[in-house]
Amino acid sequence: MFARAALRTSRLSTSAASTLSSTAALRRRLASSLVFLEHKDGKLNDSSLSAVIAAKVLGNDTAGIVIGSKADVDGVIEEAKKIEGLSKIYTAASDAYAHALAENVAPALAKVLPAKSISHIFAAHTAVGKNVFPRLAGLLDSSMIADIIALESSGDTFTRPIYAGNAILKIKSSPKDAIKIVTVRTTAFDKASVGSGSAAVEEVEATTGDSPTKYLSEELTVSSRPDLSSAPRVVSGGRALKSQENFNSVLDPLADALGAAVGASRAAVDAGYADNSLQVGQTGKVVAPELYVAVGISGAIQHLAGMKESKMIVAINKDPDAPIFQVADVGLVADLFEAVPDLAKKIESAKA
Amino acid sequence: MRPTLPSLKYNILVPVKRSIDYAVKIRVASDGKGVDTNVKHSMNPFDEIAVEEAIRLREKKPSVVSSITALSIGPPKAADTIRTALAMGADSGIHITVPESTVVEPISVAHALKKVIEDKKFDLVIMGKQAIDDDSGSTGGMLAGMLGWGQGSFASKLEVEEGGKVNVTREIDGGLEKVEGKLPMIVTTDLRLNEPRYASLPNIMKAKKKKIETLKPEDLGLDFTPRFETISVSEPPKRQGGGKVESVDELVGKMKEAGLI
Repeated sequence: MFARAALRTSRLSTSAASTLSSTAALRRRLASSLVFLEHKDGKLNDSSLSAVIAAKVLGNDTAGIVIGSKADVDGVIEEAKKIEGLSKIYTAASDAYAHALAENVAPALAKVLPAKSISHIFAAHTAVGKNVFPRLAGLLDSSMIADIIALESSGDTFTRPIYAGNAILKIKSSPKDAIKIVTVRTTAFDKASVGSGSAAVEEVEATTGDSPTKYLSEELTVSSRPDLSSAPRVVSGGRALKSQENFNSVLDPLADALGAAVGASRAAVDAGYADNSLQVGQTGKVVAPELYVAVGISGAIQHLAGMKESKMIVAINKDPDAPIFQVADVGLVADLFEAVPDLAKKIESAKA
Repeated sequence: MRPTLPSLKYNILVPVKRSIDYAVKIRVASDGKGVDTNVKHSMNPFDEIAVEEAIRLREKKPSVVSSITALSIGPPKAADTIRTALAMGADSGIHITVPESTVVEPISVAHALKKVIEDKKFDLVIMGKQAIDDDSGSTGGMLAGMLGWGQGSFASKLEVEEGGKVNVTREIDGGLEKVEGKLPMIVTTDLRLNEPRYASLPNIMKAKKKKIETLKPEDLGLDFTPRFETISVSEPPKRQGGGKVESVDELVGKMKEAGLI
């Protein structure tokens, strides 16, 4: 990859400049990657572990960075140090960094990246990544490469879904974007292991953006179920559930029987049957569990965008022509109000 | 960034994108470099929500909103998208025209918006959180970074008080977050922010009389040369439906077979 890059550069330059171009190529080779390690309430968010695996494709030296409030960072660093594949953990602590406010965190990153000769920075394509990284791109006048599902070791070629996953775009980034700012679709990469790593910790002098906005409060949906984005099994409901009561009373026993997280289509969320944070699709979460059970979901393009990478898709729907049956591995045409409770019961008894 | 709060009245800019209609099943073009664009287009759904929100802000407090301007960057047909925004209730439009084949990347859009904002003094930008074609979701944040303004991304509720204090409820993973900002500010819209109105026929007629200023990138000193080179656009791997089963028992059997029970 090194030779090819050098060749390309030298073709474009005169022979007098060829020394320069090989210096540039060398610098590129020596450059290193950084993974933005997201965390909440003093705990590492494991979607960042997928970003580590993506970063390692480049074969560069890869460090992690933990930015947060003083109260939070210590615990997160302890976890972060053990991530396999990271040579170093940079850290910056300030109460200004609490709640990952983009106006404070992005300037901190913008200062660290050039200081540490970072060529690529990766984050998970989560709400935090999607909020902080575009601002970082604006600060550095660099493009952003969002939601990648693959990348090449050359470090300038990335693959990402467009049009709600109905087309796959492969792009080559220009040298004009000196630092590649990349978010990673977490379901497209494995997660780095946490355990045997022993990265050194280095505090970095960062800066805050003197944020014009401030955090007020948050309201989280409390659930005893597995987290939707990372759950190995998901049971999702659509408009056909008809009410919030049904949504819970019909889906919960099945989710319990399978040990699954609960998701929802946009129609179910818009109708108020389920919370926004449960929405699966182009504008909600993208999941790729081993089992996805779609209950009363027709299978609109926007919903399929969020779940069609699931290993096994089961669909239960009254309408035999619902598009969901075109992607489902197993389809059952039935009234969900009868079939789902029956299925939950039979799974429970099969387990016993 | 202006150092002090703006005066009582503020100007809203709503960038809107003409994109392939959300209901269209897209096809990859035969040259493998893009998608077939000879299909129905409409305003990016998140941008409709942005236009609606701007209008609602004025309806709530008519005295504090001076103007609502819809802006689009795109080929001549993007003027239709601006007209739609005008028919919904925006006052005037700005159209930065580019040839049909030009791809305008988010970074170019952000540069263009920055230039227009500096030239024409806007105080609040309300824009979609992502375009449903490119799905990049980066323009709003980039612009906020370039301008040094606060950002309220993925807004599901927006309040602007007299004096310029802004309250935004944001959709985050796991729930909602409330932030407080002040004008000038960039807000990006999530689906839950509102239900956009349909333009009535009289308003569509009225919109024809509203002014759209047409600019060229050169007029603004902008260079839209893409930074990305498209290597390929391809179909995603096709998923084969596995057929249907007749009963719950058969379904349980299939799940057992797959080792899921």
